[in-house]
Amino acid sequence: MLLKRLTEASGVSGNEKEVRDIIIEEIKDHVDNYEIDKIGNVIVYKKGNVKGPRLLIAAHMDEVGLMVSDIDDSGLIKFIPVGGIDKRILVSKRVKVGNKKIDGVIGAKPIHLQKAKERKNALDLKQLYVDIGTYSKEETEKLIKIGDYISFDSDFREFGDNLIKAKALDDRIGCALLIELLQTDNEFDIYGAFTVMEEVGLRGAGPAAFKIEPDIAIILEGTTCADLENSDTHLQATRLGEGPAISLMDRTTYFNKELRDLLIKVAHENNIKYQYRKTSVGGNDSGTIHLSKEGVKTATISVPCRNIHTPVSVINKSDYENAYNLLQASIKKILEGGIN
Amino acid sequence: MNTLEFLKYLSNSTSVSGYEENISEYIVNTFKEYSDDIDYDKLGSVIAIKRGTNNVSNLKIMLAAHMDEIGLMVKDFDDSGTIRFTSVGGIDPRTLVAQEVIVHGKREVFGVIGTKPPHLQDSSDSDKAFEMDDLYIDIGYDKKTVKELICIGDIITINREFTELQGNSVTGKALDDKAGVATMLQCAKELKKLNHQADVYFVSTIQEEVGTRGAITSTYKINPDIGIAIDVGFGKTPELDKADSIEMKKGPAITLGGNIHPTLRQKLIEVAEEYNIPYQIEVESGPTGTDARSMQISMAGVPCLLISLPLRYMHTTVETINMDDIKNSGNLIARFISEITSDNLEGYLCY
Repeated sequence: MLLKRLTEASGVSGNEKEVRDIIIEEIKDHVDNYEIDKIGNVIVYKKGNVKGPRLLIAAHMDEVGLMVSDIDDSGLIKFIPVGGIDKRILVSKRVKVGNKKIDGVIGAKPIHLQKAKERKNALDLKQLYVDIGTYSKEETEKLIKIGDYISFDSDFREFGDNLIKAKALDDRIGCALLIELLQTDNEFDIYGAFTVMEEVGLRGAGPAAFKIEPDIAIILEGTTCADLENSDTHLQATRLGEGPAISLMDRTTYFNKELRDLLIKVAHENNIKYQYRKTSVGGNDSGTIHLSKEGVKTATISVPCRNIHTPVSVINKSDYENAYNLLQASIKKILEGGIN
Repeated sequence: MNTLEFLKYLSNSTSVSGYEENISEYIVNTFKEYSDDIDYDKLGSVIAIKRGTNNVSNLKIMLAAHMDEIGLMVKDFDDSGTIRFTSVGGIDPRTLVAQEVIVHGKREVFGVIGTKPPHLQDSSDSDKAFEMDDLYIDIGYDKKTVKELICIGDIITINREFTELQGNSVTGKALDDKAGVATMLQCAKELKKLNHQADVYFVSTIQEEVGTRGAITSTYKINPDIGIAIDVGFGKTPELDKADSIEMKKGPAITLGGNIHPTLRQKLIEVAEEYNIPYQIEVESGPTGTDARSMQISMAGVPCLLISLPLRYMHTTVETINMDDIKNSGNLIARFISEITSDNLEGYLCY
């Protein structure tokens, strides 16, 4: 299964090769042109019969993770975060270190030796380290170098009522949607960008957009979801199973209203479930894409993702399917002249 | 039976305190090959007995390692279908955030422990630890379905596969104290090669984590001449004081202190030195947090020893241990047992 392959691959920001290779393998026979640009983005062109505005569909390949910053005398590995990670989710987890994917653990002080007040505070990043079972610096250095990337160890798993648990659903879900779109024969003329380093500051998308020069861009994302612990609906950024989330604004973009209205109209016309993304925190590649050159009209279609940026992110398969349907129907509308 | 495979099976299996019967049969079947009789105490501790030779005075040495593990228990359900829980045994809630779990309901149900998303957090929140009450399990069903599958009181384990790390180090969710049970197996295998006079009782005890209960009942049943507890000790990591911890891969830790018979312990050290088995010393002044605590004061009192296996990250889901330490511990205990006779024991016990 595509999403299983994509989420189980390691692609911490700056180290997207494994994901990029899968993507290229998946799309190469289905597109007219693809290239890896100067900073690692995959830029794709798929020719269609309908020529409308120049349309870019973008998804980022990278995921949050960790990077080796030091190896101490006892062989333990110190690390720094790559992208936004709540340090509290790291404790008592398994990780894969380096391209050889050496198994390691992030442990914690035994409860027996803690003072009660210690448990009130989150463990600081400086207190955490990865243990691969070695007991000396020399042993660890045979396997691992400073600068190696560390990713969560979490397999793809279906559970509950139509749900999926995996790491890196943000944004392999977007990659999967875009791959599926490119693998489908349709009449649309589209550009695709699988971008690098979104999680460390939307680094890849700008150069990709500069090169493609789109008029319109749709960004495919996995987005934050909090539908379980709050009864106040205004605090529920998105809800699982309620369809793809359409962004209004976030920290990086005021999304184009005309394009947003088109998405909503398309959703209604095609009876596709959708919801609004009811928070303005966070940001995505739109932040750099919409400011590219003279400006680009952008919209974001997101799949809601519980426990985002953790090894146990959760999505609903129906949201994925609805996101795909909305994407495809919206592209048709846009290229048929739905946007001026 | 390969000791590592045995430990792997035990670690991956579920035996939260009070629910040890899930692994009893496996332990019995494994120990059958190395013992003469199998027995149980009335609470479910498993006793594998290996008879000695010429044991005219009915000399009995009891080994105890607990087969229960810490876990969680279902406490309540929310309207959203999430599950609230409490702990069985001592668990730091900080180690539970974003874990995968198996809820042992009508069937085994997969779930995840949810986290508060960033947009609902204040910037100061991230320095504050989650408490048990902040956490919930999401099994991906609505409340009605959840209640059909799961009852209050059902137990929950962390979903974590046993894995081999570098250099004979292994990690798993419940090496405390399944590594101790594996050490008993190693000892039983070694004993097959040696002569020993004493009948040896390999006891996999229940409910240690909630109060060394199985040790109380099984020791009463056996009434041993010597009790040897095998449990895990705090493996050295940077945040632990040297004095509070023992070194990984430096052999079994022989415990000293009130819980331990002083002259018998001296004999144990002599055996380690005689056979060149690496060992280290652990100090505990009062009753230890192990089965030795109960064994020592069973009936009219039992001389006790305690072997601690160095284990890192105790009571987390990523406990690690080194197989060399298990092997050396099992072998040391076997050598010790083979040297004890009804004639010399009195001397070793002399205060």
